Amino acid sequence: MSLQRREFLKIVGSTAVGAGALSAFRFLAKGEAAQILGSANKNQKWVFLVNTYNCVGCGMCVRACKLENEVPYNAPVSRTWVERYVELDNGTVLADSPNAARDGFTADNPMGKTINPADITKAFFVPKLCNQCEKPPCVQNCPVGATFSTKEGIVLVDRTWCIGCGYCIMSCPYGVRFFHPVYHVAEKCTWCYHRITKGLKPACVFACPFGARQIGDPTNLNDPVTKTIATQRVAVLKDEYGTKPQVFYLGLDRIVR
Amino acid sequence: MHQWYVHGFEWTQKTGFVYPNEFITWSIQIVMYPFLTGLVAGAFVLSSLYHLFGVKELKDMAKFALVFSFALLLGAPIPLMLHLQQPLRGVEIYMTPHFTSAISAFGIVYLSYALIVCSEIWFLYRPFFVQRSAELGKKGGLSALLGFFYGVLTLGAKDVSPKAVEADHKAIKFLAGIGVPAACFLHGYAGFIFGSVKANALWMTPLMPVIFIMSAIISGIALCMFTYTVVMEWKKHVTKKRLARHLKTGDTLPELRATEVEMVRISAKYLVAFMIAAFSLELLDLIFRGYTAVKSWDILRAVIYQRDWVDIFIKQYLCGYIIPFILLLWPGLTVRRAVLATVLVLFGVYMMRWNVVIGGQEFSLTFDGFMNYKIPIIPHNIATFKEGVFGAVTVGMLPFIFFFFINKLIPSFPPVHHEAKTK
Repeated sequence: MSLQRREFLKIVGSTAVGAGALSAFRFLAKGEAAQILGSANKNQKWVFLVNTYNCVGCGMCVRACKLENEVPYNAPVSRTWVERYVELDNGTVLADSPNAARDGFTADNPMGKTINPADITKAFFVPKLCNQCEKPPCVQNCPVGATFSTKEGIVLVDRTWCIGCGYCIMSCPYGVRFFHPVYHVAEKCTWCYHRITKGLKPACVFACPFGARQIGDPTNLNDPVTKTIATQRVAVLKDEYGTKPQVFYLGLDRIVR
Repeated sequence: MHQWYVHGFEWTQKTGFVYPNEFITWSIQIVMYPFLTGLVAGAFVLSSLYHLFGVKELKDMAKFALVFSFALLLGAPIPLMLHLQQPLRGVEIYMTPHFTSAISAFGIVYLSYALIVCSEIWFLYRPFFVQRSAELGKKGGLSALLGFFYGVLTLGAKDVSPKAVEADHKAIKFLAGIGVPAACFLHGYAGFIFGSVKANALWMTPLMPVIFIMSAIISGIALCMFTYTVVMEWKKHVTKKRLARHLKTGDTLPELRATEVEMVRISAKYLVAFMIAAFSLELLDLIFRGYTAVKSWDILRAVIYQRDWVDIFIKQYLCGYIIPFILLLWPGLTVRRAVLATVLVLFGVYMMRWNVVIGGQEFSLTFDGFMNYKIPIIPHNIATFKEGVFGAVTVGMLPFIFFFFINKLIPSFPPVHHEAKTK
């Protein structure tokens, strides 16, 4: 073959430039594309408020969530859960969430220990769920774009596209994600996206008899939840990770993990 | 509801306060993955010492290391595929790569590195392909078919004039030149996958990619040395048998013995040099964590100094570094001693991967509880096979099987004297 050096370099060069230009475009995963083309309303936002003072650890929220979201009732995983914290006068902290608190806390045995009530300095319950982070590390780390933030700021998983690598599960500092026991793809709390987009409340909020879980519209300053967050002393979980969580807690304590 | 199965539930034992959804999600296949890519990178770096830096003593080893690196490269993605919950969707990494994720780069890094290795092998073996296709082409039957196959492998470039071969060598040198950073990138990036997980207190350190590269190189060199001596011993054995029966042999026994010792001594020097770098970096990481003692240190200390004490200090540091250091640096290195050292180094590097991957999942995100990986031994379903001892052994053996077949096609071992000497 009589290929001149100049011609050869031309071919190689133009191929490289062409490939470089092409790689600037990325094929979007289905869910991502749907977000760009779809009808999600970017002016619609939600914010979650957990009032830990109101939580009694009944576990109604966990039961409602499991039934609403097709997470097998007996599987040891859950989109949401409730933690019990008991601090003793010697400084010991006992924390647990047996069965994700699906059946509530019916026995006075934190971590299986029998405690003398007189030794307890404080004890309370903390409901946990996805923080729908503004900077979600799970979305950042998904290698195929199967998990994404919607325009409203809710993080979803495309069950038809997730490859099940588990990187998002590893990335979540809150331990919210798990592999779905039936679909075998990443699974997480979506604040019941299918309900809230229809104007309904998430199943856990709906089921909570004491108003410990509330959802609101952060763009509406008259919304009672937004008002509480604006005027009360609220905290978020693990803000040191820079994830900007969107679940705000009233009455969060330093012993909460 | 359908039959359900919770991934990780079978092999995770929780103690203390652990969030409900936490399990050992990444199990033994993810230990195998960095171990294998590490061997790929290390073997390639060893072969480049000759091709790029002209370390002439490593000539024989270089060819073998390159071909072995290729066999390992074929094996490297298998543990990744096996650990996916949806293995058939793995190809999506090429279809819709999400570039903010470290894992998405796998497709690109792996493919470009594979291209470099393949091209280098092609340039190295081109004259051989030409020779074989000419030789076998003359014969009939299956040999002719094989000859045709070699003909295809030449890609039509059948010029073996000194000038053309010289051009090949230039290309090899160039490829080895870009191959070394590519190999480091392939493995450094595996380190980045772990090092960039900010949720994991044990993994998150910018040192992780560098630590991974250094331990990769030592494991690659050690495995090449080990396999090389095994094959040379076999050759010696065969030669001895043939001599006893007064048959023709390719090489004489003293020749083989001298080559082997020479090769092992030279590569042992490079092994020790890289071991010093790897050991220092790993110690630096450990000391730095203890010294800065941020919030996570309490739980990390419990993992490092209590739960995993034997795994880290005895298996990884003592067996993987200290004893091999003594074995390799003690004057008058013998082949036997070197082999023992390389086996220990390989074990130590494997333990390092284990302590990172499994150790990083042994404590809860609550910093108040632990998880124990009870590795499945006897499998009773696909998951316990894949993520248990059998899966790991299968994956560990595959590169050797690949190498066996590849080596049939492109023999990578000295002596390559085709015209046998008479005794």
